[in-house]
Amino acid sequence: MLNRDGTITEPAHLELKNVSVAYNNHPVLEELTFSVPHGSQIAVVGPNGAGKSTLFKVLVGLLPLCAGQILIHGLPIGHHQDCVAYVPQREEVDWRFPATISDVVMMGRFRRQGWFKRPSKADQEIVAQSLEYLGISELAKQAIGALSGGQQQRVFLARALAQEPHILLLDEPFTGVDITTQETTLALLEKLKDHQVSVLVSTHDLNMAAQRFEQVLLLNHHLIAYGPAQEVLTREALQASFGEQLLVLEHEHQGSSTVIFDQCYQPDKGSIE
Amino acid sequence: MMDWVLAPLAYAFMQYGLIAALMVGILCSIIGCYVVLRSMAFLGDAMAHAILPGVAVAYLLHGNLTVGALIAAVLVALGIGFVSHKGIIKEDTTIGIIFTAALALGIALISSIRTYAVDLTHILFGNVLGVGERELWMTGIIGSIVLIITLLCYKPFLVISFDPILAQTMRLPVEFFRNLMLILLALTIVVSMQTVGVGLVAAMLVTPATTSYLLTYRLPTMMALSALIGALSSLIGLYTSYYLNISSGSAIVLVATIFFLLAFLFSPRQRMLRKGSSPCAS
Repeated sequence: MLNRDGTITEPAHLELKNVSVAYNNHPVLEELTFSVPHGSQIAVVGPNGAGKSTLFKVLVGLLPLCAGQILIHGLPIGHHQDCVAYVPQREEVDWRFPATISDVVMMGRFRRQGWFKRPSKADQEIVAQSLEYLGISELAKQAIGALSGGQQQRVFLARALAQEPHILLLDEPFTGVDITTQETTLALLEKLKDHQVSVLVSTHDLNMAAQRFEQVLLLNHHLIAYGPAQEVLTREALQASFGEQLLVLEHEHQGSSTVIFDQCYQPDKGSIE
Repeated sequence: MMDWVLAPLAYAFMQYGLIAALMVGILCSIIGCYVVLRSMAFLGDAMAHAILPGVAVAYLLHGNLTVGALIAAVLVALGIGFVSHKGIIKEDTTIGIIFTAALALGIALISSIRTYAVDLTHILFGNVLGVGERELWMTGIIGSIVLIITLLCYKPFLVISFDPILAQTMRLPVEFFRNLMLILLALTIVVSMQTVGVGLVAAMLVTPATTSYLLTYRLPTMMALSALIGALSSLIGLYTSYYLNISSGSAIVLVATIFFLLAFLFSPRQRMLRKGSSPCAS
């Protein structure tokens, strides 16, 4: 993606075939089969413990598969340069680590520039560009310890961008961050669309999924539904996915209904995420 | 003044001692940056004590003490990596068990030697003035190898220390680099045995690196500054030990501690913290 002249190399294409994943013999994902055409942006929606984070970890190679196959550009994971970038829900890193913001973003370049080589001028340009996309250029030389939560997330988004991924996985990027960061993230998604980067974003914000994403993937251990937002986000599908976590309020006069998603509801099964 | 500086250097053992102390000071301080950032201080201390049985066996077999220590250190490094990787027992508990067992075994073996009191003191607290030309070469060669590998592996070490998840998603062999780091740490401790002793090497690993951590926000600067502080501590410490006639290892560690206290009281990080602790002040 993202050649500096705006051209595209290698379209991203992700395919899952009968993928099953388990933690300690406890199945988390079962028989997932779907494919992501290049350049599409998908909201992955599901209740707590549905396996959203697990799905991302599997896609990036952090967890092994029990069964099935994941193909990227038609080849199993690990057969090509890393073209998948992943931004976890909460970055569990030591924020007192002696590094500046541009040091952290430069880490995104390590794989492509070679582990034993010095960063080139091109690497530095890509880092500067990534910082600019996320609106944190002026923070480049600052220590990471001084950042707010939203700024921390933007640093990790910038690092993911510097990896020049074909597929970008964002785990709950809209949870617990300020409005500026939300807006920056959404603007970034728009930009990535132009560059034909495939993006999977997990969220439990149904409005966000419906309004900002063309494609929605509804997940609850199984694949419940996958397709354009208005077709997927039906009351039946949502109930199948969220169960009792979903409250439906009928409007008597208009004949329409409002769906409320109970964030405090705890599923009976222990949450795995 | 010049006499005061040059007088000790008239002796060959002081020249050797000074070179050894400087090399060890720099080496420990650079490796120590990773020890501090990865919270491996306890591990370093444990590894140092765990080489005692190796030294004792080498002594009993009339072999080379450094080689004995080297074998023991690498075995312990990999052993700790293996046991804690299994994840059944917490790492600090594992280290506590291996470390004390090895120390006990080492002392048991050494106490069977008739003149053990003197030898044990030298191993525990170092005897930099007993460094010969051969030991100096050994320190130099092993130290250079460790430093070259550390500099070459700067990027992998940085990523596995800061963000192991990123390292894994980038397909970096995290386990390999973690073990490599443990082996480099073991080698560093072995070559430091003669200078500061196994009892005090943990201080040389942690104190200069922490001092420099308080003064900078970037890893390369932290490493360079730490090396400088380590070298200065060795230099000043050795002269202090010569003039006050105290153990060289203790003198070096005490000087490093003074540097730490100064940085702790006056560092920018410290000032930032203090500002943060009184949110109501305007």
